[in-house]
Amino acid sequence: MQHVIIGAGPAGVTAAEHLRRLDPAAGVSMVAGEAGLPYARMAIPYLLSGRIGEAGTMIRRDPGHYEELGIRVLCGRARKVDAAGHTVILDDGRKLRYDRLLVATGSSPSAPAVEGLDRPGVHTCWTLEDARRIVAAAQTGSRVVLMGVGFVSCIIMQGLVARGSGLTVIAGSSGRMVRSMMDETAGGMIRRWCEARGVRVLSGDRAVAVEDGPAVRMESGETLPCELVVVATGVKPNVEFLDGTGVTVEQGILVDARMRSTVPGIYAAGDCAQGPDFGSRSRSVHAIQPAAVEQGRVAAFNMAGRDLAYRGGIPMNVLDTLGLIATSIGRWQGAGDGTWVEDGDAYRYMRLEFEDDRVIGAINVGRTDHIGVIRGLIEGRVPLGVWKDRLRADPNRVAEAYVAATR
Amino acid sequence: MLRALAIAPEKCTGCLQCEMACSFRSEGVYNPARSRIKVFTFHEEGRFVPYSCTQCADAWCVLACPVAAIAIDPATAARTVDANRCVGCRVCTMACPFGTINYNATTGKAMKCDLCGGEPACVAACPTGAIVFVDAEAGGYWKMRAWASRTGAAI
Amino acid sequence: MMKSLTIDAAKCTGCLQCELACSFEHEGVFNPAKSRVKVFVLHDTGRYIPYTCTQCSDAWCASVCPVEAIESDRETGVKRVIDSRCVGCKVCTIACPFGTINYNAASGKVVKCDLCGGEPACADACPTGAITFVDAEWTGYGRMKAWAGRTDTAAQAQG
Repeated sequence: MQHVIIGAGPAGVTAAEHLRRLDPAAGVSMVAGEAGLPYARMAIPYLLSGRIGEAGTMIRRDPGHYEELGIRVLCGRARKVDAAGHTVILDDGRKLRYDRLLVATGSSPSAPAVEGLDRPGVHTCWTLEDARRIVAAAQTGSRVVLMGVGFVSCIIMQGLVARGSGLTVIAGSSGRMVRSMMDETAGGMIRRWCEARGVRVLSGDRAVAVEDGPAVRMESGETLPCELVVVATGVKPNVEFLDGTGVTVEQGILVDARMRSTVPGIYAAGDCAQGPDFGSRSRSVHAIQPAAVEQGRVAAFNMAGRDLAYRGGIPMNVLDTLGLIATSIGRWQGAGDGTWVEDGDAYRYMRLEFEDDRVIGAINVGRTDHIGVIRGLIEGRVPLGVWKDRLRADPNRVAEAYVAATR
Repeated sequence: MLRALAIAPEKCTGCLQCEMACSFRSEGVYNPARSRIKVFTFHEEGRFVPYSCTQCADAWCVLACPVAAIAIDPATAARTVDANRCVGCRVCTMACPFGTINYNATTGKAMKCDLCGGEPACVAACPTGAIVFVDAEAGGYWKMRAWASRTGAAI
Repeated sequence: MMKSLTIDAAKCTGCLQCELACSFEHEGVFNPAKSRVKVFVLHDTGRYIPYTCTQCSDAWCASVCPVEAIESDRETGVKRVIDSRCVGCKVCTIACPFGTINYNAASGKVVKCDLCGGEPACADACPTGAITFVDAEWTGYGRMKAWAGRTDTAAQAQG
């Protein structure tokens, strides 16, 4: 049995380790798209802020880890998959035969409709190589223009500010920050927090082009001269090489609860997969670390012939924007039965959403104690009983509610 | 027909054959410490009392599990731990008021009586008929639980 | 022998000695806010519930950590944060459904119960036996025996 994994992020590494354990006699090969040992993109913001060095970004500390487990790590990129011939063709022409294939190729930055992104001084912030370039370019006093106000933008601000850079952020026409994870109240708090720390947040305007310098020209006519432009306006799944295989791709590779794609023998996990949502029949891309790890594990079980169903992904994010910590979990958009408390001056906010007798989602700003219980409440489908009214009156009592209901 | 373990303590001689059989069936070793059924000795009364999970209808362990790892076996109605799902958080071991689900440090999973899929090894091993597998309606722990509450011994 | 903290909430009086002991052991101060064990006080039912990490075998915090900063000790079962590795990304704090691993803004790292290296201060400090540190296997033994006794009493009464 030959298991081939394309991708060496958290989903790929987790799957490889489980496959080795579950199927000791099988061959396990993992194709890494970048040189060097598998590293965690999640650690890059902390590399930028100088808290860790490159060694601190490694997914597994022991450089001999993969070799010891008998996991073959190859460097290369998949160019094509021959599904009928059970073969992956790499960009250098190498061919890998597989019995089971796991696609865990993650995603890559998608370029916004802005001219001149190929000019010197313009970088994405996604790979270790990107981080090295940004570290080299962002020196004390350098001016940085950051395009995009999603998760990546917010989480790298600390690193950019720590490098002594004057920072301007382009928030787009609405000016809403982290809109896929935060509601207007939480997004507004994050924005005010940034502005209070000297970050200029531009809204109602958009970047049109990057000119020599570099300098960012805005639709309004304003020009932002700078030393560095960082583009973080979203990502797209890495799936192009699957063209012609018959694997169905919507927002990502469509997979069932066993991480099987629409083509027998081909599985997918992590940011490139569109898998079952928790508690509904829909399927979404869950581009988060917890989903990548769990999907990698579930895929490995099924590839090894053990039947294991994924319970469904729950969106969950924790965001640290220049020290302001915000979380969102579950269906925070709600189903018409919610509650919230807010203290704008203190940058504190708690929103809870219910369906019947249960919590289905939450957003929080400014709090870190026992925050995980919200996942416990959602995924455990914990009946709240008398606690629903108490939470409605004071959503900050979530931990108490969880403990009371489950202990 | 669903069947349940029924215990007749007056017939138990404390031979521990049930514990040996259970540990061998469940863990592959003859070791009472690995048995899910336990024989308790009450010296003063001179009684031996085997005790195991009663497969509660609304089982505390099932409700407490954060990952839905304890499922009902459709064939036997036994509450069974799915080792693929169990993360060994031990919350079930705290939740069960009867103490009949416990943590196995070797496997890192919770363990409990699963009625051996319908042929309980403890029943087969018991030489005195102290443990029998009977129609769930007719006997078993359910009745004993009811008696227990009548005698005022319930929690 | 693997041991685990076992909590019998019925015995807790809410004295908070555990929280004081925990914060002193780990942070050098007597400050319940810095404790890794927390006593939840449920006023309506008059219950006090000591609450801390259960040291899951396949722990969410450890498996979700992107940089292998949470180490598992096979012998003791403890899941321990390696401070030098933790980057402070906090993903473990939302992934743990029990909420028992938390971010400490002062250190920029996460903190959790580490069983004090094998001699938990909370269990030592607890005056009522609500928190004990016992054989991780058969924590249900006492309850089982109590029920076996009751069932036997009932069986004898039935005759």
